[in-house]
Amino acid sequence: MTAPRDKLGRPVVVVTGMGIMTSLGAGKADNWSKLVAGESGIRTITRFPVDGLRTTMAGTVDFVSVDPFSSTALSERMAELVTQEALDQAGIGAKGDFPGPLFLAVAPVEVEWPQRRELGRVVGKLDFNYDDLLRISGGGKFTAYHHRFMFGSVAAHLAEAFGTKGSPISLSTACASGATSIQLGVEAIRRGETDAALCVATDGTVNPEALVRFSLLSALSTQNEPPQAASRPFSKNRDGFVMAEGAGALVLESYEAATARGAKILGVIAGCGELTDSFHRTRSSPDGKPIIGCMKKTLADAGMEPGQIDHINAHGTATPENDKMEFNTTSAVFGELVQKIPVTSNKSMVGHTISAAGAVEAIFSLLTLEHQRIPPTINYETPDPTILFDVVANTARDARVTAVMSNSFGFGGQNASLILTREPA
Amino acid sequence: MTETPVSKPGQTEVWITGIGLATSLGEGLDANWAALQDKRINVDENGFAPYVVHPLMPVSFDSQIPKKGDQRQMEAWQRIGTYAAGLALDSAGIKGNKDILSKIDMVVAAGGGERDLNVDTGVLTAEAKGANAPGFLNERLMSDLRPTLFLAQLSNLLAGNIAIVHGLGGTSRTFMGEEVAGADAARIALARIASGESDIALVGGSHNGERKDLLVLYEFGDFNLKDKFAPVWARKDHAGFALGSAGAFLVLESRTHAEARGAKPFAKLASVVADLARRKQPGDMAATLEKLWAQLPKREGKGAIITGATGAEPATSEERGFLKRHTDFPVRSTGTMFGHTMETQFPLGLALAALSISRGALFPPNDSTGTEIEMQGAPTQIVVVGAGHWRGEGMALVEAAS
Repeated sequence: MTAPRDKLGRPVVVVTGMGIMTSLGAGKADNWSKLVAGESGIRTITRFPVDGLRTTMAGTVDFVSVDPFSSTALSERMAELVTQEALDQAGIGAKGDFPGPLFLAVAPVEVEWPQRRELGRVVGKLDFNYDDLLRISGGGKFTAYHHRFMFGSVAAHLAEAFGTKGSPISLSTACASGATSIQLGVEAIRRGETDAALCVATDGTVNPEALVRFSLLSALSTQNEPPQAASRPFSKNRDGFVMAEGAGALVLESYEAATARGAKILGVIAGCGELTDSFHRTRSSPDGKPIIGCMKKTLADAGMEPGQIDHINAHGTATPENDKMEFNTTSAVFGELVQKIPVTSNKSMVGHTISAAGAVEAIFSLLTLEHQRIPPTINYETPDPTILFDVVANTARDARVTAVMSNSFGFGGQNASLILTREPA
Repeated sequence: MTETPVSKPGQTEVWITGIGLATSLGEGLDANWAALQDKRINVDENGFAPYVVHPLMPVSFDSQIPKKGDQRQMEAWQRIGTYAAGLALDSAGIKGNKDILSKIDMVVAAGGGERDLNVDTGVLTAEAKGANAPGFLNERLMSDLRPTLFLAQLSNLLAGNIAIVHGLGGTSRTFMGEEVAGADAARIALARIASGESDIALVGGSHNGERKDLLVLYEFGDFNLKDKFAPVWARKDHAGFALGSAGAFLVLESRTHAEARGAKPFAKLASVVADLARRKQPGDMAATLEKLWAQLPKREGKGAIITGATGAEPATSEERGFLKRHTDFPVRSTGTMFGHTMETQFPLGLALAALSISRGALFPPNDSTGTEIEMQGAPTQIVVVGAGHWRGEGMALVEAAS
């Protein structure tokens, strides 16, 4: 390996630990074997009744139990498990003493229906209003609800459990959140504030109201049968994304600190970039300029040319608009190369893990670099003739991969991209 | 836990060149300053009785959010924030400046989740009356929720709305986590500018305190101030915070960038630090505040403290203990004057610190307990303190720009 600083004179940021959980399973080994085998984690929802819903499937994580159940508690538990996996691999610090800050991508927190219903039961009347709910909320019966439903609760728990340093940051940039958590870690190391950062992203929000909210925006696939075939990125018959749960954790370190302690380097975060789209709350600017600018900024941040990217881990949500826009903008950045670079969407198998997606897909990108094998985009039976990506269709492909671009685009005009490499440039 | 990194001396100086305020005391810097001088507090003890709130002084949203369609897409907390953000851009003289707005970096501290109370109670009362079909909740939510309500609830859509309404095209990050999210937003924006990663940033937050769903959330922990208003320091036997409505945004800018465009500073943002005390034992939080205090650059000028102390216990008593060790710094509580605006309280404190420095006077005390004392002369250094009602501690040093 080469210099500890990048082309712009900043510390090189490397990954020394990774932990992952999706609807496919827990841990890197299980996820990777299923991912390259083209297995789907999407299934009919059993966690709650699906009667009356247009979409009845999701990529739920049902093998992790929390009691009492809430989406926030599940998010927290998944984050805890993937963090432990990442720390075990990195072998950094001591138990409960991580030598750096925590950046956590987490879904916005709110009181959920099971808890709201409990309030209704305690009111104990047939007719009541919010003032009645308010009147019975105090007095200590529901103190645990306060602690659970603070926005900062998951980060505070992780910070205390793993002994991260300073004020943990909980962030949301919608579907780009996972990428943003990594970006914040990279920046802190590049500024020389810390030698290590813990970047975690988690989302356990498959609950009735979350599903309804996306449904009402017509964002979700309704191809419920069979559920495994619902998520169809880049296909002509794609009809929306599939909600999913998951979490990812990455231990980032400066190259210098990692090599000084003899840590195994799993990959390099060579570049990150973000650019806001101020066109519309849920739609991209029709000219695609913000996404194009985001990818270009990321290339510039990595000090790389488009020709040096040999794989794109696409946002690839399978909404009609996203995939089209992603192809058009990628074409604008990569020119003719766009038809030669293998592209895949992990969301075809694990669904869209929303707040976690950027980190989950960064980890899959790093595993792709490690194994020199690109996971497939499944359900790619009827290609969209206007999307001319070289999609890794249905079966995994062995390939020489040295640099991966991973893209994340979200509601609220959030765009973020990462470039991951095997070794420092 | 150990220290949060402090931006190193010798790095780029960061100025506060724009301030936007829409609060329970009024809109804009003059109205807020005048109310502070008059010790005027806008508190409502009846509308949400027994809970006390500081309602937003009505503003004409049209002046900053000209499209009604945009206003309809937002809930109150987002309208307040988008409005205050516009005021901050105006104040910095960059409203409509496409060159600057296309690269400005936004770091927003946000909550979210404004509920449709009628939908919630409609479902609960129907269930109380026996509606128990498996898909009942699904069907009601599918038919009763407004499709756009989700976007009015999403935390990052405050930033999204600001970008859309004011045409911001740089970067956008939203931090959550109650009070300390406001400190962390300023901390990260400052670090990015100081290190040269960014030239200019819009930082702040907004909060609608006139929400029963929020009162429920804080009532779970018995944190709401009930029955009668009292200054924060006089609530020891009647603890709690009175939620307040406010939007507070700042434009932070490297000195070089500001000077190149001829912008004048309100003040310099010298340092922002934050931590997470475990708060397991009495004294934990005060010790963390003491540690943060020691991390700030040396205070040599005429100093003061502006704190967002909430009035909730035991946090407020812990903080009072910390303040007693620094009685040479006159203290002001934003909680007394503006209520508790959660994620917005720290940016509000920064705004008032910069305003006080630029106007050459600290605003007068409003307290019967002796915690707040008169200050003679112009402050040149103000420490902003923000300790969360439950978790999270932040601190900043705002100085006169040389």
